[in-house]
Formats: sequence, structure tokens, C-alpha cells
Amino acid sequence: MAEVKMVGLKKYFGAVRALDGIDLEIEDGKFVVLLGPSGCGKTTLLRCVSGLEKVTDGRVLFNEKDVTDLPPKSRNVSMVFQSYAVWPHMKVYDNIAYPMKIKKYDRAEIEKRVEWAARLLNIHELLDRYPAQLSGGQRQRVAVARAIVLEPAVLLMDEPLSNLDALLRVMMRSELKKLQERLGTTTIYVTHDQVEAMTMGDMIAVMNQGKLQQYGKPEEIYHKPANMFVAGFIGSPRMNFLNVEFMEEKGEYYLMSDIFRFPVGNEKVQELKRTNTKKFVFGIRPEDIHLEGEKEYSVEGEVYFTERLGADTILHVKVDKERLVAKLPGDVVLKEGERITIYMDPEKFHLFHPETEQAVI
Amino acid sequence: MGEREKRDWIPLLLLLPTLIYLIAFLGYPLIETFILAFTSDQGALGNFKRLTATGEFWEALRNTLLITAVIVPLQLGFALMLALFINMKFKGYTFILYIISIPLALSDVSASLMSYTIFAPMGYLNKLLMNLHIIDRPIYFFGFTYQTREFWVIVLTEVWRATPLVFVIILAGLQAVNKEYLEAADIFGFSRWQKFTRIILPLLKPSILSALLIRTLFAFQIFGVVWLLAGRDIPILAGEAYYWQTEVNNSNVACTYGLVIALVSLIISWAYLTFLKPGHLEGEVTE
Amino acid sequence: MRYRIKKALIVFASIMIALWFLTPVVLIVLASLTPSSEYYDPHKILPTKLTLDHLYKLFVVLDGWQATLNSLEVAGVAIGLSFLIGLPAGYALTRFVFKGKNFFRLLILLTRSFPALVMAVPLVVLYLKIGISDTLFGVALAHTSMILPFVVLITSSILAGISVEYEEAGMIFGLSRFQSFLKITLPLALPGLAASAIFAFIMSWNEVFVASVLTLINRTLPAHILNTAIASPDYFKFAAGTVMAVPAMVFIFFTRKYLVSMWGISLK
Ligand SMILES: Nc1ncnc2c1ncn2[C@@H]1O[C@H](COP(=O)(O)OP(=O)(O)OP(=O)(O)O)[C@@H](O)[C@H]1O
Ligand SMILES: [Mg+2]
Repeated sequence: MAEVKMVGLKKYFGAVRALDGIDLEIEDGKFVVLLGPSGCGKTTLLRCVSGLEKVTDGRVLFNEKDVTDLPPKSRNVSMVFQSYAVWPHMKVYDNIAYPMKIKKYDRAEIEKRVEWAARLLNIHELLDRYPAQLSGGQRQRVAVARAIVLEPAVLLMDEPLSNLDALLRVMMRSELKKLQERLGTTTIYVTHDQVEAMTMGDMIAVMNQGKLQQYGKPEEIYHKPANMFVAGFIGSPRMNFLNVEFMEEKGEYYLMSDIFRFPVGNEKVQELKRTNTKKFVFGIRPEDIHLEGEKEYSVEGEVYFTERLGADTILHVKVDKERLVAKLPGDVVLKEGERITIYMDPEKFHLFHPETEQAVI
Repeated sequence: MGEREKRDWIPLLLLLPTLIYLIAFLGYPLIETFILAFTSDQGALGNFKRLTATGEFWEALRNTLLITAVIVPLQLGFALMLALFINMKFKGYTFILYIISIPLALSDVSASLMSYTIFAPMGYLNKLLMNLHIIDRPIYFFGFTYQTREFWVIVLTEVWRATPLVFVIILAGLQAVNKEYLEAADIFGFSRWQKFTRIILPLLKPSILSALLIRTLFAFQIFGVVWLLAGRDIPILAGEAYYWQTEVNNSNVACTYGLVIALVSLIISWAYLTFLKPGHLEGEVTE
Repeated sequence: MRYRIKKALIVFASIMIALWFLTPVVLIVLASLTPSSEYYDPHKILPTKLTLDHLYKLFVVLDGWQATLNSLEVAGVAIGLSFLIGLPAGYALTRFVFKGKNFFRLLILLTRSFPALVMAVPLVVLYLKIGISDTLFGVALAHTSMILPFVVLITSSILAGISVEYEEAGMIFGLSRFQSFLKITLPLALPGLAASAIFAFIMSWNEVFVASVLTLINRTLPAHILNTAIASPDYFKFAAGTVMAVPAMVFIFFTRKYLVSMWGISLK
């Protein structure tokens, strides 16, 4: 059990800045999902926390104790590797037992714990096999069993579900989450699967290009993205972005773009006035665009094409030169070229500063 | 993968013993060879003068070059055929593969003794021919008067012994040739011969080159086979070096021979690498 | 029909190849077991009875036994030394990035074309100076320099085949880097390392030039044969050849799985 703190963490590989000043405080017992595009430094972050990687600069603290220069073995962390790294020359039992053997636990205790972990992960019938005789999913569970059996201070998992088929992945997701809740181990979980992040994390840390973009609860990340990167990265299909201008006419305030002019509510006006710009980037998620709503927030356009996904229909609308994407119920049928009116939810849009890309509202 | 550590001194520390060892046992002797070769009572080039003044040196050089020139193409040809044959992957080919690789384990000493078993005056060949009444007295293959026969026995022995070395390299190259190229050729209606000359051979070029380079270098240092089968009947460079070192106890001349071999090896390597498309070869050599 | 012909051709070619490569080996073994009276009888191609006389004499009378022990000692020391020195280097080449890595690799490759005789003669002089001339240890040191580059390259390629993450997992679960190498990576590398040790053994066991130059009395088997066989009766030569060949062939048999890749590396 530990609280994990990273202070100004940097890791450079020559000219590549894999981590470029990460400040992150993780409360004890939290399940934190590290989310970000490929190559953004997620694995590197885990490796720095575990001690496998020497940091270029910055500190790592466990419970306020500086562990930056400690080797991995003295940190009391566990890790599930992206490739599992289940030792091929040891049977499943020995794989799980080995960390305890290293720490000189007595036999009875080892047996008890292996039994416990194996039952928990439903691999107790496989204890006598070699890893080569296991399926990917089974091997992964062995890796997890090995990682939890010692009740580490921090549990690190690097895309542990990435190699599983869809069904198994969904199953393992909830199993892992339940497990973590039961053990209460501080966990950092790497993925670039958004659904995984949203469903599993107590907290989500979104990274891009070695920098922490936002750290917050899943709802926060989704509903209050801190910047354009997070807004665009979370959610599928991607958020619609349009350039708008903030303007006043006869005491009323509007957001004006090439294709619409929306009135702005009073509370928002104060916020917008405080910024140093009149131009903003307007963002709205496809799921916040509907076929009915308030007239003032409507736009007229032409159906460009639709993607029928079953539960949802993704609608691409052409409005003059702009294209908007909306996520509609699956039973909606629209023809290409048809003229329609779409309505945006006035409570749900976002505005970003065009230069800093930070959220204004 | 895995190349993640930044602390530079650890890998260097790990390499250091190897480096020191190689400097001591290869670097130092190399320098010492130069010093010894250029030291004599008749000035720096005395040994070279002495060398070139003797008939043996030129004869040794000639013989070494001749042997190299004869055996390398033969080995290459046989190895190529063997590799193509094995690559058909017929049933039981692994067994034949093992048989072909037996000479890999044998030293030049045992290979020459095997060949002696066959070609000795009372060897199996002579006995067989005599019993078939093809000849009534043994044919002599060894001895100063039969230099030509000796030469061909040496060639045969070397071909027998070292063809598998070439074979292994070419087979490895052949196995790396993508099957789809050949299937594509089938679709375009290439004949067997066309497939061989237009597709397999060009793709095999890197392997063939590295095999050639290696074989030429080693052929140039040939010693055991010649020494055992012919002694100094057929002088060769390495044999002369050995003779001057152990029989005459003159390290300076021995080193001069060594230097000549090293020099010619260097020229051979350089020639191969320069004239025969280094790009291919480098890729092949480094992994 | 065509298929039948093709099959027959393959069988024929296989037999020819097998005969070509096996006959000399079989004949030398046979010859080493043939009594001398029968060997010198021009009417007997194949012996009617076999004897261990020549092998016995080679080993006991002609000191072959001592030479064999010498060879084993030289090979043992050379293998031990080259793995001790070369394994860390092989490890460094696969597990670390550092400046000059490619240069180092190239250097190692280059040493493979270094003529052995350039090394041998100066070593005689050096050994005289430091008092290890005509010793097996001296030969072993020279053989080590021959085997070492091979060991570095082969271990680096074996280790490259073993994911670092196994080793890192060991470090996570309580081992130091060195312990993790010993307990996790080494056992995984062991079959490959054993095969390469056998190859190293054959290299040393077969090496004749350096061994002959460096020693006079304490000779290894091939050096001993090279210098006594010439002056011995034929059947001793055959016995010697057999003794040289058989262990190497047995060893090769156990490593045949690695044969092609191993020689590929040792020849590059
Ligand atoms: N050992 C290394 N040497 C050089 N660059 C490296 C090394 N390891 C990682 N990098 C670089 O650092 C950056 C971050 O890599 P990292 O593995 O942390 O990405 P990631 O977020 O885990 O990506 P993915 O989702 O694809 O696994 C990448 O640009 C990568 O190329
Ligand atoms: Mg990663």
C-alpha cells in the first residue's frame, strides 16, 4: 500500500523525450489508468516507477520516501509485463512461487499463497504446466497471479489485456478491477484502449508526447477535458472542432462560426470575457448532437453519409464547407443527400483557447 | 528491444576483458610480427630480400595461389549443387544434411589421414584396383616424384573436407529466399533454368560472396592437409612459416611469411569487398 | 511416372552423397582396426578380423593417451576462459546501447579472418619471456584468443533470442541484475550455450598449427600426430585419424540441431 508521487520526472533517450516533466500524485489504493497514443511514454513511465529505467531527471516517491535511486528489488513493486514475461523454464506453480522464494518465505506460506492466488484467477488446475502449454489468456493470468501474490506496495500493469480476444478481454477487465478493489493495492495500469480506461480507472492520466495532459476521474476526463488533445483523444467518434468568434450584438452575446450563430448564456459570458482572445475553438461531441432540440442551436445541412453500427448510427453532415459528425440511435435511417436539421446540446459544448489549446469552458 | 540502460560504463566494463584479451593475444602478436619481420642483420628489409631470393618462397606463393584457385571454385560448385538438392526438402533430407555436415567436425589432420587411408600405397584404392586386376602394382600418390598426383590428392581432400563449410552458408542463404518469388516465377512461366539464373542466383549472391571470401581466406592459410600429405614436397606459405619456425628456429623469416599471408589475406578481403558489391555482403555479415 | 523417376533420382543422389561423405570416415575406422598383417596383404581388401592393437599402441606406446589428456586440458581451459571473458561481452552487446557498439562488433568479426600463424610465432617469443613456453596453459591461452570472438558473437546471438523482460521480471520480483541473469537468463540460454561450448571444444580439439608451434614436448593430440605420424607406420596414422575424428563426430551429433546456425556464425 503506498501513495505514489512523481515530481518533474524526465526520461530522455538521446534526442527522444519519452517523459518530459511528469508531475503526478496518486493516492493510496487508487486504480489509475495511464492512457495515451502509441509512443507517448506510458511504458517508460511504468519502467521509471518500477526502477527498471534510470530517470534522466526528477524524483519518484513512495509514501513520501524517495525511491528514485533504488533498484527495482528494493521498491516492493510488482509488474505485469506487456509480454507477460512468464518464465518459460518454470512451471506455473514455480512462476507464482518464485518471488516468495526469493524473499525466503517458508514453504507452507508459499503454498498457501500460491493456492490463494491461483484460485482467485482460476488457474489452480494449471499449476503443473509449463507456460508453453498455456493459452495467451491463461498465461496472462499467471502473470497477474505472480504480481499480486506478494501484496506489493504498487502494482504496475502494462497493457495486460492487449493480446486477448475481445470476449476474454471484457471478462478479464472486470476480474482485474474486482481483484484490485478487494486488495486495495495502488495500481497503475497502462492501456491505449479508451473503453478499458473509462470502465476500470478510479482515475485516468492522459499522456501525450511525454507530458501529462490531464489527471482526473473518468467522468471528468470525458465531460471536462482540460485541453483539445484530451477532448479529441477521448471519445469515439472524435469530438467535432470548429473555429468560432465571440461577439456582441445589441447586448446579446453570440458564438459565431461559418455555419452558425449561437447565443451564449450569462455565466459563460463572464468566463469568455476574462480571456485575452475573441477567437476560440468550439468543440462538441458527436453524441451531443441530436435530431431535435432548441431551434437556436440548430444547423442545417446535407447528409454526407452514414455508418450504421447497429446500436448507433454515425451521421456525417455537410454544412457548407464544414463537416460535422453526430452519433444517433441505431434505428435512425437517413438517405444520402437528404437535407436535415441537427441540434446541438447547449449544455455540452466546449471552448478552447486557439493558441494554448486549453479549455476555457 | 531491451536496449534501455543509459549508464555507459557498465557495458564498457563488460567488454573490457574481451578487448584486453584480444589486444594482448592478437594485437600484440601482430605488432611483434611486424617487428620480427623487419628485423635482420641485413637491415630492415633483409628478411624480405632473403625470402624473395629463395626459390621456395616463389614456389610456395605459386602453390598456395594455385591450390586456392583450384579448390575454391570446385567447393563452391559442389556446395551449390548440394544446397539446391537439400533445399528440395525431400523425405529424410535432415539425415543427408547431417551426413554432409560430418566433415565440419573434422580437423584437417583427420581429414588428411582419411584421404591417406584411401590413397596410400597399400590403401583401399590400390588394393581395390589390384584385386580387380586393373593394375598389378600399387600406384604411388605420395612422394617428391609424384608431386602432381600429390597435388590432386590434396585438392580432393580439401574439397571433401571444406565443401560442407560453403554448403552451410549457401543453404542458410537459400532457406532465406522467399518462396513467393519462385511461385511468382512459376506464374510467369519461367523455366527451371531461368528460375535458377534469374531468381535464385541473384538472391543468393550475398551468401555466395561471403562463402567465397571466407573460403578464399582459409584456403590461403592452408596448412595441415598439405603438411601431412606432402610435407615440403609441395611448399606452401603456411608450411614454410612452420618450417622456418620449428625446424630452422628462425622466427624472423617465419614472421615474414606470416606477414605475407596476412597481407595477401587483406588484399583478398579488400578486393572482394570492393569489387563485389559490399552492400549485400555487409548486411549478410553483420547478422 | 515422372514422379517415380524424380523419386528414384533423389534416392540415387542421396546414396551417392552419403557414400562420398561417409566412405572415408568408415574406411579410416576400419583401417585402424585392421591387423597389420592383413593391411599389408594386397589380396585382402576388407579385414577378416579386427584388432585394437594399433589404438592400444598409439595410446600407450606412442604417448597418445597423454596427448589426448593434453588436448582435453587445453580445450577445457580455453573454453572456460573464453566463456568467462566472452559471456559478459556478449551480454553487453545484446542488452545495452552504447557508443562504439557497432565498431566493437566489426572488430570481433574482423578477428575471424586473422591468420592463426601470425599470432603463433610472436607468442613463442613472448612465452619464452614470461616463462610459459611449451606449456599447455600457453596453448590454451592462444586457443582462447581464437575461440573468444566466436563465443562473444554466439552468446550475444543466443541472449538476443531471450526476451529481456524475463530478466527484468526477475529484477522486479526481488533479484539484482546479476542474480537475475544467473537465475533466469542463464538457465534459458543453457542449451544454446552448451552447444556453443561443444563447438568451441571442436575448434580447440582440431587446431594444429598454433599448438604445434607453441609446444615441443607437451603436445596436444593433433600436434602430436602431425609430428609423429609422419614417421610412423601407416596403421598408426589410421589409428590417430580415428581417435581425432570420433569424439568430434559424436559431439557434432549432439548439437546437430544447432549445426547450420552455429557454423554460420563461426564462419562469419
Ligand atoms: N530504449 C529506448 N531507446 C530509445 N528510445 C526509446 C526507448 N524506449 C522507448 N523509446 C522511445 O520513447 C518513446 C516512448 O516510448 P514508450 O515505450 O514509453 O511508449 P508507449 O507509450 O508505451 O507506447 P505503446 O503504446 O506503443 O506501447 C517512444 O518515442 C519510443 O520510441
Ligand atoms: Mg508500451
